[in-house]
Amino acid sequence: MKEANIYLCGVGGQGIGMLSEVLIRACMEAGYDVMGCDTHGLAQRGGVVQSHLRIGEHIYTPLVPDGEADIVIALERLEAMRGALEMLREGGSVIYYNTTYQPMRVRSGAMQYPSQSDVEETVKKLNGNLHAVELEGLPDPRMQNVALLGRLAELELIEGLNAAVIRSVLKSVLPEHVLEKNLEVFSRASNS
Amino acid sequence: MERLPDLLIQEAPWAGLVMGNHALVRAMIEAGTMVVSTYPGSPTPEIAEAITSIAPEKRPMYFEYSVNEKVASEVAFGAAINGHPSAVFFKSVGLNVASDSVVQFGLMHIEGGLVVILGDDPGVNSSQNEQDNRHFCRMSYIPMFEPATPNEVYLMYLEAARLAQRRHMAVFLRLTTHVCHAREKVSFGQYIPQEFDWSPHFDSSKEGPYIAITKTVFPMKARALDRLGLVEAEGDESPVNAVLEPNGVSASLGLLRGVISASLPAMSLMENLKDSGAQLRLLKLGLSYPLPRKKILDFLRRHDEVLIVEELDRVMEAEIKMLAYDNEIHCAIFSRSDEFLSGELTSSRTMQILRQTWPEIFTPKLGRRTVEASVVPRTPLMCPGCGHRAAFYAIKKALPEGAITVADIGCHTMGSFEPYKMGEVMLCMGASSGIGSGLALGNRERRVLSFIGDSTLFHAGLPGIVNAVQYDHDFLLVVMDNGITAMTGHQLNAGSPEGGNISIEDTLKALGVKHIRSIDCYKKDELGTAVREALEIKGFKVIIAQHPCMLQFSRKTIRKLGEMPGLMSIDAEKCEKAYECSSVFDCPSFVRGEDGSISVHRELCIGDGSCRPSCPHTALELKKRKESAR
Repeated sequence: MKEANIYLCGVGGQGIGMLSEVLIRACMEAGYDVMGCDTHGLAQRGGVVQSHLRIGEHIYTPLVPDGEADIVIALERLEAMRGALEMLREGGSVIYYNTTYQPMRVRSGAMQYPSQSDVEETVKKLNGNLHAVELEGLPDPRMQNVALLGRLAELELIEGLNAAVIRSVLKSVLPEHVLEKNLEVFSRASNS
Repeated sequence: MERLPDLLIQEAPWAGLVMGNHALVRAMIEAGTMVVSTYPGSPTPEIAEAITSIAPEKRPMYFEYSVNEKVASEVAFGAAINGHPSAVFFKSVGLNVASDSVVQFGLMHIEGGLVVILGDDPGVNSSQNEQDNRHFCRMSYIPMFEPATPNEVYLMYLEAARLAQRRHMAVFLRLTTHVCHAREKVSFGQYIPQEFDWSPHFDSSKEGPYIAITKTVFPMKARALDRLGLVEAEGDESPVNAVLEPNGVSASLGLLRGVISASLPAMSLMENLKDSGAQLRLLKLGLSYPLPRKKILDFLRRHDEVLIVEELDRVMEAEIKMLAYDNEIHCAIFSRSDEFLSGELTSSRTMQILRQTWPEIFTPKLGRRTVEASVVPRTPLMCPGCGHRAAFYAIKKALPEGAITVADIGCHTMGSFEPYKMGEVMLCMGASSGIGSGLALGNRERRVLSFIGDSTLFHAGLPGIVNAVQYDHDFLLVVMDNGITAMTGHQLNAGSPEGGNISIEDTLKALGVKHIRSIDCYKKDELGTAVREALEIKGFKVIIAQHPCMLQFSRKTIRKLGEMPGLMSIDAEKCEKAYECSSVFDCPSFVRGEDGSISVHRELCIGDGSCRPSCPHTALELKKRKESAR
């Protein structure tokens, strides 16, 4: 893939900032021109957070246009559904961590939270590929982002964005006291 | 590990992946900006975060979080007229607060030069409106740069600072949300540390007058206009106002076409041209005020049709059309349709504008998918353990029927959302006391309650309070005091214990407020009773609802202990599915199962216990996290 649009989403507090930081640096390490942008709403916690990442030679703007994401990476199931519906292009890929954070309308019983098969159906309608990630016994839920990076490396959906590149970026970005545990999770998720 | 604070002050040139806000800070350091001030507001807080990430003893500038944008501007101005290159930055609506002072800057001789950095917010990502601050440069005779990318943020700050210093004036640098937050690789230059000259250079006898009043204004205004003329001449020659031809140029149906744009929409257009291969020219303006009239006239003369694509209002368009009329230009000048007067001009939307204007050149892409399904909305909310939630829950129960609640700006604005609905009207920072006063006038039936945050109280809330004291306006003001400017990322403010440490209670007492109660937000019954009692008192009264920001507290605790020690649990035998905790108290830590059962989300709950009083059947218990089963 010479040019690609990657859209990341999740819930405030899940660690999307680190995920996008590692990914954009890894794309740069892999030799691509990159442009990206994190966006967040009003809330410090619990609102929708998104990050856009575009690679290729002639990228001028940081936002992925609606319906033109080659890859949607979601930290949460409902956001995977939203990300796919709003952003995924026909035939694109969705990778999500299968955890759930209920929004207010679900908590109050007014609306249904989507099931795994709801997400599957949505992605199927778009002729896309779906990858649900769930790692047993994570030492910390804040490492779900690293588990996603692992699966992404294993799939190598973007040429050159492999485990070696991502691992080296993790080493340069993560603070020392959490590095080892994160690398363990990464190795497990990427089978490398 | 590469660390941003080290890179920002590295003397050797470097290149790295940075966001616009951080590129700006490197530019300030390279430019030798001596004084920088701000009041926190999106999309600009990362500028301050980058500056304060540099340890104070290494920080090559004086920096402060001022009490509001107006004071921040005045501080920067004072330093700048004393000969020290200065900058001030704030959010879009911050300019409304600052404008009383900023509109005078254009009239002054500013010895050291002053750059006023605006974070406009087309698309209303995080502000009340999407006001177009380009109007202000016209009102204040201050030139404006509009960078479109992090690279341009860096380069144009350097340009703006040089211009401001060379012509001893103020210059606007207008950023927008996705210019501030965009990230790309930027190549920075050398930083040559200098011994700053802090000696006072202010000289009113030589460079004055500095007092604009009655007839002194006319020569000052004439000087401002002269300066604008000189800047315009520079803009006509400057490479920041560039004609771009990504695909070459050719006539289509015998007509030569061009587009004039600025800021991020110009980049959207570049992308559209690249995607479509259309052969037309783009005049991209980087120094957009004063408009480079010579360059624009030349562009109009060379084309048969020109489209103007600007974000938000028709600011350039009006002036360009006026220019064309005065010069009897026969080029057809096209405008956007009204639907594009609001919202960001992303590449999808600029493509729509191009298609509407020239359907024969920009044909619709076939087979683009349409999205129809809807998905459960996720609204912004207060964090687990937030004192504001506990306060809103208690206050809502205590309010008499028909009471009117007034919101203000801050995290507590989210109390106006469902399910609390505390706050039905809001204008801007600090407006709640004034609005509450007016709502109470002649009103014998409905009680009035206004909210305000601690940072906002000092920012713009005091005049409304003073006024309420003077006229004893009949409403209850609840100060939602979490001791920090939380929403924009925990900046210390005038009231923060580690910041200004000015006591709100003492301040209010000194102002003559007769009825003041300070209560911890978690004390539901006490707070409820206090609200009921206060509303019985005629005249102005204040309750300070206190609780430290729990996001900050839980972050600190997790850093220290690895996890929060406590965790709420639900006694299944006692729970009668009243749903008070999950639907009315509405802490996001409660999870509703498909069978209607309620459980606690381990990753979200911080074990604060603020929910406990909400359960009518006392089924909520605080346990030790280690002892409660997964």
